[in-house]
Amino acid sequence: MPPIKRTKFKLAHEQLLEMFYWLKLIRAFDERLSMLVKQGKVRSGVYTGIGQEAIIVGTCFGLRKEDFICPLHRDLGSFLMKGVSPRAMMAQMFAKETGLSKGRDSALHSGDNDLGIFGNTSMLGANLPVAAGLGLTFKMEKTDNVVVAYFGEGASNVGDFHEALNIAGVQHLPILFICENNQYAYSVPVEKSMAIDDVADRAESYGFDGVAINGNDVLAVYQATQGALARARGGQGPTLIECKTYRWHGHSEHDKAFYRTNEELAMWKSRDPIPTFTTYLKGLHVLTDDHEKEIEGRVKSVIDDAVEFATNSPDPGPEEAITDLYA
Amino acid sequence: MAKELSYLDAIREALGEEMRRDPKVFVLGEDVGPYGGAFGATQGLCDEFGEMRVIDTPISESAIIGVSIGAALRGYRPVAEMQFADFISCGFDQIVNQAATLRYRYGGRATVPIVVRAPSGGNVGGGLYHSQNPEAWFIHRPGLKVVAPSTAYDAKGLLKAAIRDDNPVVYFEHKYLYRRAKGPVPEGDEIVPIGVAATRRPGDDITLLTYAAMVGPSLEAADKLAKEGVEVEVIDLRTLLPFDKSAIFTSLEKTNRVLIVHEDVKTLGIGAELSAVIMEERFDHLDAPVLRVTYPDTHAPFSHVLEAANLPNTDKITEALRRLAAY
Repeated sequence: MPPIKRTKFKLAHEQLLEMFYWLKLIRAFDERLSMLVKQGKVRSGVYTGIGQEAIIVGTCFGLRKEDFICPLHRDLGSFLMKGVSPRAMMAQMFAKETGLSKGRDSALHSGDNDLGIFGNTSMLGANLPVAAGLGLTFKMEKTDNVVVAYFGEGASNVGDFHEALNIAGVQHLPILFICENNQYAYSVPVEKSMAIDDVADRAESYGFDGVAINGNDVLAVYQATQGALARARGGQGPTLIECKTYRWHGHSEHDKAFYRTNEELAMWKSRDPIPTFTTYLKGLHVLTDDHEKEIEGRVKSVIDDAVEFATNSPDPGPEEAITDLYA
Repeated sequence: MAKELSYLDAIREALGEEMRRDPKVFVLGEDVGPYGGAFGATQGLCDEFGEMRVIDTPISESAIIGVSIGAALRGYRPVAEMQFADFISCGFDQIVNQAATLRYRYGGRATVPIVVRAPSGGNVGGGLYHSQNPEAWFIHRPGLKVVAPSTAYDAKGLLKAAIRDDNPVVYFEHKYLYRRAKGPVPEGDEIVPIGVAATRRPGDDITLLTYAAMVGPSLEAADKLAKEGVEVEVIDLRTLLPFDKSAIFTSLEKTNRVLIVHEDVKTLGIGAELSAVIMEERFDHLDAPVLRVTYPDTHAPFSHVLEAANLPNTDKITEALRRLAAY
């Protein structure tokens, strides 16, 4: 397990604990969803990001409300960090009237303009041109708000990736392109879909910097993000940050992921971002065992409450199958 | 008194007026900047509004539309130009999956006020990839609106309506009409409402439903029939989605005979849908089968001889009208 490196960014103890809380909440939320699928309480549409939480926490931590995020399908945690309530998020997964899409679609296919969240379709990489459009408006308005757009290494092979990063480079748009390289596009390993080692190398051809980092180290992700944010807010254009990580579960909850070895999974589990960070925080005496238990209890009660809310929420009325098509 | 303009000039005038009226309106596309567009539709706009509101883009149709969607989510009203309607297939996903579904999957909490301008149609020697009429692809997608003007007046008024509409609108402008269709245009703020057909010629005997470049030959054919004692009512649909059902029904309840004329290919062109709706809802009013004059189910060939063989024309329409009159 590689130790967490000290960063040049000074984070207060409260901030470190807040990061810890988010890591725990996001992990627990996905684990609960996984269980709810097995119990038949959530029908489908669950694509967990278990193992990848450090990327979300490291990139979303400290974003402004005005900043936009464009998450990919495993980034449920980014919705929570950007301000969607756990209740609304759980109701979304339960396809209830109280969910973001009012039962029209599950998962992350919905968004919230006021909170700065764009929800993509199932077409991976299709969020990136939209991210460019959001970034263009920030440039037009001469604000220093930014867009943080996420994609997998698989989506970096889609045409939309090229079109979006190219236009972002040409227009010097304030965008962070965050690659979550979790080694598999559904079942296809990275070496079968790219002839290079690092997605980060692709940035150079668009005229901006790309960096490959340890995506399981929340502070490394945070540090890289802060540097890229400073450049974007300062009018110096986009940055691509490739976060190397691993998807613990299958592509979706029905996928047993027989295409990979137990040894590989075990190796990556030994790099679990949460215990690594826990050890680091305890070493700094920021986190005590009691405090850890208190946070775990808080996480459980938040999720229990969200599940109860979603369970008790009404289904959408059948008439809503054909509403909200037009403004 | 309204002034006379060409169809193309009317489009340019609508763009300029809307950009002057609303600072949130901007245009983007290939060669739309200083060059003024492949057909000149954006000539002069870059000088007046600058390169941040008249944006030359890379050859990236998907990004052009995706960027438009992103900007629309932040309250802008982008007008995206596809250089040719044929190229819209390269941006298809962003239109049909991203823009069309967005409001629905956001639970009604967002609008996507984009316009995609698409120069369409044949009879200009364009060959396979500069002559297409792909409107039916978009009529098939709930969440979109589709318009196709036939006159300079409507070209201006419908474009203004499309820009002000809060929904994604695909605006098919027919290349054959660019410089050939001339006429009065509305001054200033007058718009042509989306969803309302226009009766181009009144008649009691046959209803002819058509749009765009087929209105001209349809009117010529109607004149021929008039000399034979048959009065044809020519209805210019103007909007294809949602089409003006009430205008269609009002006319056919009077004439009891319907001919549909379109330049798009026959199979599953809009004629198929119009015909089906008429059968379902007004079967009792029909004295004859609904007939269609369309492009055959083939591609748009380059040879003038071959293209002329395919295009609906006055003679083909006249013949079909005679068949209907004799029924």
